[in-house]
Amino acid sequence: MVMEPMEQRVWTRYDRRERWVRLAIMLLVAAIMVWAVRDVDIYWPWVWDAPVQIHGLLERMWPPDLRQANDILTALVETVHIATLATALTIFAALPVSYIAAQNTTPNKACLWLGRFILVASRSVNTIIWALLFVAIFGPGVLAGILAIMFRSIGFVGKLMGEAIEEIDRKPVEAMEATGAGRAKVILYAVVPQVMPAFFAIIILRWDINIRESTVLGLVGAGGIGVILQGAIDTFAWPTVATILCAIILLVLIGEAITSLLRRKVL
Amino acid sequence: MLEISQLVKRYGHDEPVLKGLDLSVEGNSVVSIVGASGAGKSTLLRCINRLIEPTSGSIKLNGTELSTLKGQALRNARRRIGMVFQGFNLIDRLTVMENVLAGRLGYVTFLQAWRRRFPQEDIERAFQLMERVGIAQYANKRADELSGGERQRVGVVRALMQEPDILLADEPTASLDPVTSEQIMKLMRSLASELSLPVLINIHNVAQARAYTERIVGLRHGRLIFDGPPERFDKAALDQVYGGIEAPDESMAPTPAEENV
Amino acid sequence: MSSTPHRWRRQPFIANPWLRWTLIAGVLTYLGWALATLPFDWQRIGEGLPRAVRIFGGGLPPDFDRYQLLLDGFKESFQIALLATLLGVLLSIPFAVMAARNIVPRPVYLVGRAIIIVARSFHPVIVAILFVKAVGFGPLAGILTLTLYSIGFVGKLLAEEIEEIDWGQVEAMRAVGAGYLSTLLYAVFPQILPRQIGLSMYQLDSNLRASAVVGIVGAGGIGSTLMNAFGRYDYDFAFAILLVIIAVILVSEGVSGWVRKRVW
Repeated sequence: MVMEPMEQRVWTRYDRRERWVRLAIMLLVAAIMVWAVRDVDIYWPWVWDAPVQIHGLLERMWPPDLRQANDILTALVETVHIATLATALTIFAALPVSYIAAQNTTPNKACLWLGRFILVASRSVNTIIWALLFVAIFGPGVLAGILAIMFRSIGFVGKLMGEAIEEIDRKPVEAMEATGAGRAKVILYAVVPQVMPAFFAIIILRWDINIRESTVLGLVGAGGIGVILQGAIDTFAWPTVATILCAIILLVLIGEAITSLLRRKVL
Repeated sequence: MLEISQLVKRYGHDEPVLKGLDLSVEGNSVVSIVGASGAGKSTLLRCINRLIEPTSGSIKLNGTELSTLKGQALRNARRRIGMVFQGFNLIDRLTVMENVLAGRLGYVTFLQAWRRRFPQEDIERAFQLMERVGIAQYANKRADELSGGERQRVGVVRALMQEPDILLADEPTASLDPVTSEQIMKLMRSLASELSLPVLINIHNVAQARAYTERIVGLRHGRLIFDGPPERFDKAALDQVYGGIEAPDESMAPTPAEENV
Repeated sequence: MSSTPHRWRRQPFIANPWLRWTLIAGVLTYLGWALATLPFDWQRIGEGLPRAVRIFGGGLPPDFDRYQLLLDGFKESFQIALLATLLGVLLSIPFAVMAARNIVPRPVYLVGRAIIIVARSFHPVIVAILFVKAVGFGPLAGILTLTLYSIGFVGKLLAEEIEEIDWGQVEAMRAVGAGYLSTLLYAVFPQILPRQIGLSMYQLDSNLRASAVVGIVGAGGIGSTLMNAFGRYDYDFAFAILLVIIAVILVSEGVSGWVRKRVW
């Protein structure tokens, strides 16, 4: 191959087609952003005023008010209870769903689609929307909170467990079938031991997430620390709000520490 | 006694993998099935215990027609057919003892299986067999902590726990090093005569087939083209079975010296 | 072979019997404690069934007559999610650099980490409620909330990515005499860019989900529409909104998954 003369060679990062595609994507993104900025229902003077307002709010919060520490502690414990009980209940509901939603264990097509529908419905509705629904049904309180967390977790745990089941090694299954074991016993010996580690990891992960989620349930009346947070905000008791926020950070950090400890111990 | 006649297996509309196979195995003979990859060895074994559904033909074990069984009857038939696998197919996260007892799954109830409360005579038998093959000291170890040869011994014991009428072995030594695979072959041969059990072994290693079995069956393209004692499995027969396809492992290596295990 | 009778029991899941029984007792005590102290209002819960019937009766079939309201709500949610993703992804870069142990001095690292931890600790709904109080009802509060949320999430993953970069490239840039910023630009950013694009798509998807809920506390978007419908016992409209939310989330998940597969 003959090289072009030195002065005719140019260097560019991308070839022509790549450059056009990149340019088009960038223009499209820019156009969408411009549209979003111009169309969104924002009163711009408020935007320029926002730093002042946020600063003012933070100032009103200082110093945190510790007088309600006892109530806050009780509410924190309630929050943990909601998350833990809901996670425990989730196990019982999610395992059968993951069983029928995994392609290699599902009894038939109808069950497969039923399982997938349950997982999608559960995952698409946010915890707080589930809470809204259950508060409307069972009234404000922890039961609504537990059910809300549980209904959202079923999709999460069920989906990941279903994937774990689909990824198992088929060989032990074959061996168990060859011994003349029935379906239930094959599952018990060849599937369950293989998905155990995934199961623990998923449950621990979800418990951590549920601790965070249960801090907001109270904002729609479904129990936990959110109830007193809402109360403090409604009465403009900003120093108390600051204390509650610190308590939430502490709770989340403790939850994270516990989960990483569990992960190291159990797995 | 195992009698296979006119066995055909085809996947979809492809060319059949097995094309009208006839084979009978009597008494406690050790039969090896040789043939190139894709000749249908694995399919043949799996048709016998119906891990693969045969397309047509008949398979009779001690007078029972296996190819039409369903549900509980099929499972009851499988209990009497032990199988040893190339990849051992152990449950890695369970202990050796649990793996061995899994061979009894066809006989115990779900509750017993779940609580691991197997009948005392099963446990006795498990210990006897494990001592026989030299893995009793590992009973409470996890299966994935064992070496390849030890793992295959677990696989053999699991199959024998079924109190089988026949033992199927699908390339039982292909994942093992040469020394270990000789040990496993010897073990299977002596167990077969101790328990007076017919054994069907798929094997790629012709030297081992000649050394450890009493009868060699050669498959090619889903047809049986050789059936006779090892002495008759000469260079011509070998070429017929493997010719133009691939060189078998250590095809004409000298026969290993006889030893007792 | 030996003829003595053998015993065999399954190895317990936890070998140490003390630990095992302590754990079992602990779990039972915890369950008893939790169930005993949680304030369940059984009388109110007992009314649940007829209420559920009424809600679902009122909600079915969903009512799409006010689709204009629904469309407006979704348009606003999209705008919130888009702007928050843009701001969040851009702002997450400096914070991620600050929070990467290997390329900044230790005090800066600690500050960066602390910011990201705080941003991640709060559920967006809590942040939204505070922003609503600070800057008033409407999409502005939503955008600020989700920007913070994105900084926390993208910043954390990006910082971890930076900590795992191939250090040889950085050394090479230093060896040719590049300054701190040009080293960042040439040796660090190219290594994390593909990941950053994937993360942006993921974040857009999760901001869209979150924008549906921050509205419940007044931060604009479809969540506000939903909350209004619920508050007015307009269950048929609320169910219509819920169905559309589910559909939009499914589509957005699919699109984001497709794009990430193409880019990664």
